[in-house]
Amino acid sequence: MTATMSAGIVPGGVGAPRSEAAGGPRELEARGRPRAMLPPSRLLPADSSTGADLASHLRRHGPLPPRRGARWRAGALEAVADAGLVGRGGAGFPTARKLRSVASQRRRAVVVANGTEGEPASRKDRVLLARAPHLVLDGAVVAAELVGASQVVAVVHPDARSPVDVAVAERRAAGVDTVAIRVVTAAAGFVAGEASAVVNWVANGRPVPVGKNPRMSERGIGRRPTLVQNVETLAHLALVARHGAAWYRAAGTPDEPGTVLVTLLGAVAEPGVYEVEVGTAVSDVLARAGGATEPLQALLVGGYFGTWVPAAGIGARPFSAAGLGAGLGAGLVAALPARVCGIAETARLVRYLASESAGQCGPCVFGLPAIAGAFESLAAGRWAGAGRLDHWLEEIVGRGACGHPDGVAHLARSALDVFADEVADHRSGWCRAPHAAPFLPHLEPRSHPGPRLRTGLQTLQLRQP
Amino acid sequence: MRTPLRLRVDRIACDGRGLCAELLPELVVLDDWGFPVLRTDVVPDHLAVVAREAVELCPVLALHLERERA
Repeated sequence: MTATMSAGIVPGGVGAPRSEAAGGPRELEARGRPRAMLPPSRLLPADSSTGADLASHLRRHGPLPPRRGARWRAGALEAVADAGLVGRGGAGFPTARKLRSVASQRRRAVVVANGTEGEPASRKDRVLLARAPHLVLDGAVVAAELVGASQVVAVVHPDARSPVDVAVAERRAAGVDTVAIRVVTAAAGFVAGEASAVVNWVANGRPVPVGKNPRMSERGIGRRPTLVQNVETLAHLALVARHGAAWYRAAGTPDEPGTVLVTLLGAVAEPGVYEVEVGTAVSDVLARAGGATEPLQALLVGGYFGTWVPAAGIGARPFSAAGLGAGLGAGLVAALPARVCGIAETARLVRYLASESAGQCGPCVFGLPAIAGAFESLAAGRWAGAGRLDHWLEEIVGRGACGHPDGVAHLARSALDVFADEVADHRSGWCRAPHAAPFLPHLEPRSHPGPRLRTGLQTLQLRQP
Repeated sequence: MRTPLRLRVDRIACDGRGLCAELLPELVVLDDWGFPVLRTDVVPDHLAVVAREAVELCPVLALHLERERA
């Protein structure tokens, strides 16, 4: 574990990025409000002094129930479906459907526990792996037994490698598992966490998406059916296997049951990773991180290609996809203060995401830098440069091997929608914060050479912006 | 009943040569950088023969015709 990580692990706020650019804390009404009552925490131990070791884990959760035979398998799959568990890596795909589709394949499957956490400001996966590695590994083993896999590959962020290695060694010594667990350090990069890129990384050492043909559920690692699940999803699965669907549904809303790990950052007093019951009032979610440090303008929900939600009146709304009109994605919530320009911040996000393209598909390689340029023009009040923006945003959707271009288009549209008044102001040359320092963290374009794309007979090395 | 014939572009293989748009302007147009945009992926019967030709002539074999399993 790196120094940053260990330093970040404190009760309450855990290792989340402080927004370096956000400036010092300010005196505001939101500060000093009483902290919300701590809800029961399912995934993360209540305080960080509780060990992540196997004995502590077993004291807290008890052993997994006996798991054998077709009857256990059918019942457990039904419990996962009834629980309404969905993927926590970003796409929110129903876990039971994924399990069933891999289980229906004839060949022996492989399970990948995806802790790549390529989302640059997210910390929830590595915090979970550091604080409750055995819960994730329990879930991976259960998943393997459900789909008939004999191997689990845990792909983990470099910061979480050592706690996972320790946990795997403990399990091996205790002989608790029926399947082999291999640990692989994840590759860096935004798209490296995409499911097919993770498989490609493990199988071929190339952390770039390969598209949906063939499907990984049919042919992935070693040409075997491969189940890729985010590590948080697996931790929830381990609890569903222990306690069943009704228990799982006791938290959350009927449509979005359970708890979620949230990385809170931006203009909040204590940025960090918090476990939140879906449906909690947004004001209570922010209060978990000590509340807003200054008046807010909007929240970026889901991830760096998530959805902007206006801050006005948001406090009373339930923290859920339905309540916010925004998918919870990978659980990122970035609080944007009123003193920062949302258009300029979105331009930085889009430029960063364009630089993170795997460089394989033309629409992504050429379209995203063009969209980033249009947003930068918009932010600078040069409307002429943004003329084709709407057209590009419409045209790029669905035209990549992975969802990267679609995600950028979604973020850009949501910005044009939520900051519509400001877009109009920018057209007439006014910006609320022409000299504001960059706010959202971790958006430095990476130092890797620009994306490559073969065009015609030559290979173009595209310039980094 | 047969499911419709669908056109699919392998976006990783595609190089933006543009032959598909020349042969199948009814279904394929090019974006500002010369990469194909499908107006619709469903191939009507009267275009099936031309569509097959376009698939065979794509220099990087990025164009595919598929019929979904019913």
